[in-house]
Amino acid sequence: MTAVARLRVWRGLAPQAGQFESYEVPFESGQSVLDGLRWIRANHDPTLAIRYSCINANACKECVMEIDGATAYACSARLEPREMIVKPLSNKALVRDLVTEIAPPAERFGT
Amino acid sequence: MTAAMHVETDVLVIGSGGAGMYAAIEAAQSGVRVLLADRSLIGRGGATVMAQMTVAVALGSQAPDHWTYHLRDTLEAGRGLCDESLSRLICEEGPDCIRQMDAWGVGWARKDGRIVAAQAPGHDRPRCVYVDFLNTGPAVSKALRAVVNKTSGIRKASDLLVTDLVSDAGEVVGATALHLTSGAPVTIAAKATIVATGGLTRLYRRNSASANMGGDGYALALRAGAPLIDMEFVQFFPIGHLAPRLIGMDPIMWDPFRYKLGGRLLNGDGEEFTSRYGSSEDGAYVLTRDLATFAIIKEVEAGRGSPHGGAYLSFEHCAPAELRAAFGPVIDRLAANAIDLTKMPVEVAPIAHYHMGGVTADARMETEILGLLVAGEAVGGANGANRLSGNAVTEALVFGRRAGRSAAAHAAKMTSQPFRPQAAAAALDLVARDRVASGPNSADMILRLQSIMADDVGPFRTREKLDRAIARIDDLGAELGERPFGDGQRLDMRRIDWFDLRNMLLVARVVALAALRRTESRGAHQREDFPGMVPEWRVNQVARWREGEIEFVSASPAHALAAAQ
Repeated sequence: MTAVARLRVWRGLAPQAGQFESYEVPFESGQSVLDGLRWIRANHDPTLAIRYSCINANACKECVMEIDGATAYACSARLEPREMIVKPLSNKALVRDLVTEIAPPAERFGT
Repeated sequence: MTAAMHVETDVLVIGSGGAGMYAAIEAAQSGVRVLLADRSLIGRGGATVMAQMTVAVALGSQAPDHWTYHLRDTLEAGRGLCDESLSRLICEEGPDCIRQMDAWGVGWARKDGRIVAAQAPGHDRPRCVYVDFLNTGPAVSKALRAVVNKTSGIRKASDLLVTDLVSDAGEVVGATALHLTSGAPVTIAAKATIVATGGLTRLYRRNSASANMGGDGYALALRAGAPLIDMEFVQFFPIGHLAPRLIGMDPIMWDPFRYKLGGRLLNGDGEEFTSRYGSSEDGAYVLTRDLATFAIIKEVEAGRGSPHGGAYLSFEHCAPAELRAAFGPVIDRLAANAIDLTKMPVEVAPIAHYHMGGVTADARMETEILGLLVAGEAVGGANGANRLSGNAVTEALVFGRRAGRSAAAHAAKMTSQPFRPQAAAAALDLVARDRVASGPNSADMILRLQSIMADDVGPFRTREKLDRAIARIDDLGAELGERPFGDGQRLDMRRIDWFDLRNMLLVARVVALAALRRTESRGAHQREDFPGMVPEWRVNQVARWREGEIEFVSASPAHALAAAQ
């Protein structure tokens, strides 16, 4: 019996029109939440929107989201063999799914 | 379909790592308007921010040094294939750029007021400056971001994925792009365009760079008519972290540990083994990257690897206080991952790290195509068949500065924009596609490409492996198709993957074809069916795009200096 992490991931294009989707991710010790989200994209749904560059170095600071109610970097949050709630930041404008507008205003295109 | 946006600038810089930011600063300070575009966030998504330690530069602050000594080591590492005018530029202008970064607030590690330098493999003396602890890249990026922010004339554009360069009458006149967070197609008119998109390590399953480095700049330049050089030479970093799995730490972190503490590289039986491959270590860190990669892979093949298929790296001989003094808070981060280096070794294995090949350019960073310049890792030729440790950040800064200056001079000469919308029509049509729901799992396709490259176009190559890789790359191309899929909404991951795969597959094909043609072993390119260097192969392979096919020619290294050794 392999252990699984149950990720409840918020999906949607508008804050009032989204819902949680549940995914079971094979659990291996030493994985990050970002590893789990990338596994979901490759194995279940490539439309899941996430934002990251450095993958696991905690250098780019782009994978910031809400994990179990706390603001965290998905690359540095440990995946655990239980249910975990993953949401976009609530204090930033939503772009899609787990991605929010985190670029400083002066660095946004079209503003 | 969202309506297209159009913007105009004098100089378009694509990519905002160290090279792109320095290029933008230098161009804007010359008085032209700059658009600094990045598919990710400004100054956060490239390779520079991930550099952990060394920057090679002949400052002479620790031991007497001169840029000609640095050049000698760079050329030796390049195994006879460097474009010496580019190598010389790195070594000669490196000190000035590093002092400029110091003035801009990068806190290079100092002792008694003098910048300290570590001695890295392949260097004849201590020459590699750094920022503690494992903070070189973040400090360089932060300093450049601050200067970008206070330089007038730089417009910043995060989340702008450039999909094609726009060519008209043999000249690059701008680009098309997808604005990721709105889904809008974009056309950009530019008098000069600098490609500063970094390398191609994302083509490989295990790699040390960011997810943005899928070779897109090589593909953009190639499709616009610019030749690529030395594409067979992918550098593998020998001691990338393998096991146990770590969270929130970069896989190349063991490099700085070795600079400071030496460490012992051991096989699965706990024996030192590098002497079997012609170089003994004696606890010091002297083995160059290509030799160390060779030694580890051969040891694994002989059945003497570590449990996860690499080698052990041990610091068990170091006292806890010594580790703490050298790496401070990093020791706590390791402890959070249940690693105590005084009690256990870690496992390491080669990992794709850097690309020596790239777009051909002259010492002004101008390509063969008018209006198109390159900077940083996107440039090919400076490092030949194997890059010397520490030259990557130096080249980002030196080439970035030079490209910004040249692009500004080119733009300043032009009185009007040469951009015509008709020239961008075909490329814009790809970006502005409506919803195409069907199609393969694009994220899985990227994983499959990474496996093909890792298994068959890795550090050790054979005709059989390369033929198989090329066939599989072509199969993936057929699966991808010629029309972008995706839902056309904001942050359309499938459409982003489609454009990434379009570039990655093209670049993967060029790497595999170049590797197949080179029937010898040199530097980072090792053919098991053609061992050893062959004098006749002391040539660079240059790839061009002709009506959808890749054509190669071979040429002697440019600007070879008579007294190289």
